[in-house]
Amino acid sequence: MSVIYILLSISIVVAIVFFIAFITAVKKGQYDDSYTPSVRMLFDDELVKEQPKPSIKIKKTN
Amino acid sequence: MDKLSCFHCGDDCDNTNITFNEKNFCCNGCKTVYEIFSENDLTCYYDLQTSPGAVPKEIQGKYDFLSQDNIIEKLTEFNDGSIQIATLYIPHIHCSSCIWILENLNKLNEDITASQVNFGKKTVRITYNSEKVTLKDTVLLLSTIGYEPYISLDDFKTGQQHVNRSLIYKLGIAGFAFGNVMFLSFPEYFEVGEFWLEQYKHLFRWLMFAFSIPVVFYAGRDYFISAYKGLNSKLLNIDVPIALGIAVLFIRSTAEIIFDLGSGFFDSLTGLVFFLLLGKFFQQKTYTFLSFERDYKSYFPIAVTKITSVGNESPIQVYDIKKGDRLLIRNEELIPVDGILINGKARIDYSFVTGESETVSKQSGDKLYAGGKQTSGVIEMEAIKSVEQSYLTQLWSNDVFNKNKEDGFTTLTNAISKRFTIAVLSIAIIATLFWLATDASKAMNVFTAVLIIACPCAIALSAPFTFGNLLRIFGKLKFYVKNASVIEQLARVNTIIFDKTGTITSNQKSTANYEGVALTSSEETLLKNTLRGSNHPLSRTLYDILDEHHIISLNHFEEHLGKGIEATHDNNHIKIGSASFVGTTESSVLNTTVHISTNDHYKGKFTFYNSYRKGLSKLFNQLKKHYDLVILSGDNEGELENLKKLLPSKTKLIFNQKPDDKLEYIKYHQSEGAKVLMVGDGLNDAGALAQSNVGIALSENVNVFSPACDAILDASKFKQLNKFIKASKRAIDIIKWSFALSFIYNIIGLYFAVTGQLAPVVAAILMPLSSISIVVFTTIATTILGKKINEKE
Repeated sequence: MSVIYILLSISIVVAIVFFIAFITAVKKGQYDDSYTPSVRMLFDDELVKEQPKPSIKIKKTN
Repeated sequence: MDKLSCFHCGDDCDNTNITFNEKNFCCNGCKTVYEIFSENDLTCYYDLQTSPGAVPKEIQGKYDFLSQDNIIEKLTEFNDGSIQIATLYIPHIHCSSCIWILENLNKLNEDITASQVNFGKKTVRITYNSEKVTLKDTVLLLSTIGYEPYISLDDFKTGQQHVNRSLIYKLGIAGFAFGNVMFLSFPEYFEVGEFWLEQYKHLFRWLMFAFSIPVVFYAGRDYFISAYKGLNSKLLNIDVPIALGIAVLFIRSTAEIIFDLGSGFFDSLTGLVFFLLLGKFFQQKTYTFLSFERDYKSYFPIAVTKITSVGNESPIQVYDIKKGDRLLIRNEELIPVDGILINGKARIDYSFVTGESETVSKQSGDKLYAGGKQTSGVIEMEAIKSVEQSYLTQLWSNDVFNKNKEDGFTTLTNAISKRFTIAVLSIAIIATLFWLATDASKAMNVFTAVLIIACPCAIALSAPFTFGNLLRIFGKLKFYVKNASVIEQLARVNTIIFDKTGTITSNQKSTANYEGVALTSSEETLLKNTLRGSNHPLSRTLYDILDEHHIISLNHFEEHLGKGIEATHDNNHIKIGSASFVGTTESSVLNTTVHISTNDHYKGKFTFYNSYRKGLSKLFNQLKKHYDLVILSGDNEGELENLKKLLPSKTKLIFNQKPDDKLEYIKYHQSEGAKVLMVGDGLNDAGALAQSNVGIALSENVNVFSPACDAILDASKFKQLNKFIKASKRAIDIIKWSFALSFIYNIIGLYFAVTGQLAPVVAAILMPLSSISIVVFTTIATTILGKKINEKE
């Protein structure tokens, strides 16, 4: 039954790993903007469709 | 006739249609943006959303100040070697196309290495190679594609803004510990005396103890601090019994496991802290796109153009402007300091300041006040004051802006907690005395049990969940409230003060009455067609009011800045404008008028009246039963008669109020016991909004500007103001009912505690049960309340 020591330590270590992951995620600001990423992921298809266009031109409006 | 709308910005482009690539554009600006996008393969922009764009504005010279090193330093969050990172606020961000185009900026300029949009905050964070492209270039690029960033004096401060995430950390720790402690304490609930459990229970108990240490000393820290502060100022706030409960729970549980008396109450302890923090978290409703703390700094530019003694133009930081400096103010630029107009035709739009959308024309030598926006051409002015000493900005030196409104306000929860704490302590002492007399060994047990079970978790949760839910409901109805205590204050209001211009009048529409010789049909056609060509706000308003006529082409059209317009068509000549321009003398000066003459004969004048918001009379008639109503206006008495007709007779009407006067008026009435709700809109109301118990800023477009306030109300919801106040009062009733509910749980718990039979499992069931039933009750009740606001009357 002393296997319970190992099981307990494993379960607590796993819990703490996830807890640390949560804290670092908050710290890095992952929860600060919860809307834009949901839109951004839908763009990925268009981003790939880049055609070779060496010259980038910008016209001045003024 | 089918309406044509611009492919880029969606504006109506019947009058000035430009066709390009079989697409219609309203102006050259829009067409150019389309060209830029199509040349760089970015036309996906138009696939994601129809007409997502904005018309690019004239920006010549406006951003010259961005080449100054000290300004770049302040605006960038990272500036080292060849890499600079800047976060820019772009008000136009509104759809997925905006996100797409702004995150593809590198296709327009390859030296911009990365750009990331935060949609909620409407900001874009741009990383660029500062050796090849400057901040100014980046801003100009954004402006050419219609995404002009908004850079104000507010951005000119050192240091990054600190984001406080401590509540989330605390909530995370409490939740983590709560889950683990529950799981560790579960075996002992039922399997008492089982062999294996007996052997390992000490390990389980000490693990629970370890988990609860960060909960008590980190997550629950605020309750101890607040209780200490409360006791220091001789207040028994709600945090006193909570802190007492947490402390007793922890000490008794620790004692129990040390002396092997029982398993302790670590489950209840961590659960209690977790639920309390959850309530706190829920009560916070932040609107990332709104700011309730704005002062003049959010409106003012960082720098303007100074004309040096040699006659050169150079950018000058606004704080550095000294008396006597010559400044150049371009079209659409804000006047940063009080000054005297030297040169040029000034048409100043003071709408930021007063809410009045009509422009004022000034002649050279006239005084210009800070906060006005120049709307026609370039002017030169001489500063006579520095920024902080200007007429408008002086208002912010008033003490009222440094006061915290929540100080000195006793919330309902704190009011009840005083009696509650005294009652609980008395019960605990009486019960202890009783047990000392009968069975002294149980006395300490009973004393701590009473304090544990009476810990007012449910009471402490009633207000956060009721107000938190109501904040969200109000938010959906476009009434954005800063925090929960504002709702409570709103319920206690007994006097309502309104600003006039921009608050009870609407900015967009005015009505005009015509007095004079009736115009013939051909004259009306000519008038309408002449007005079409003018961009002056009064012309636009009048144009919209007049009936539709067919379009004729004018032979001659000329606009005289600050005077009026004249035009000819088939030998008919028309003059529209000020009295002197048309050739007559002004009789009334209180109202805005536009005079008309045709073929040098004076015809008559259009007098503009404020157009009041829809439902104004009705709202005032609903409110007059319960509240004292006052109109405080900075304007003259020109509208007095109109207002008297519209509003209930006991409404007080006070005119010619300066910003300071408004503040003093409210202060005086508060000293006589009035609880004031101020409804205003412009910067001139900022003092009054801060002084009042609740300051509501009314806004036509919540994304744009509103002065510092407690709540922002969308102008379209103005007529529902009474419903919002009523709902706040109902919310107080809901809280009182949930107090009653939590007392029932307390009485049940106290029975167990006083009789000395409080087992950990009873506490572990009763506490979450009471908390959850309070949460359910308040949520259902407020949702029903929200439905009632939404109902049509």
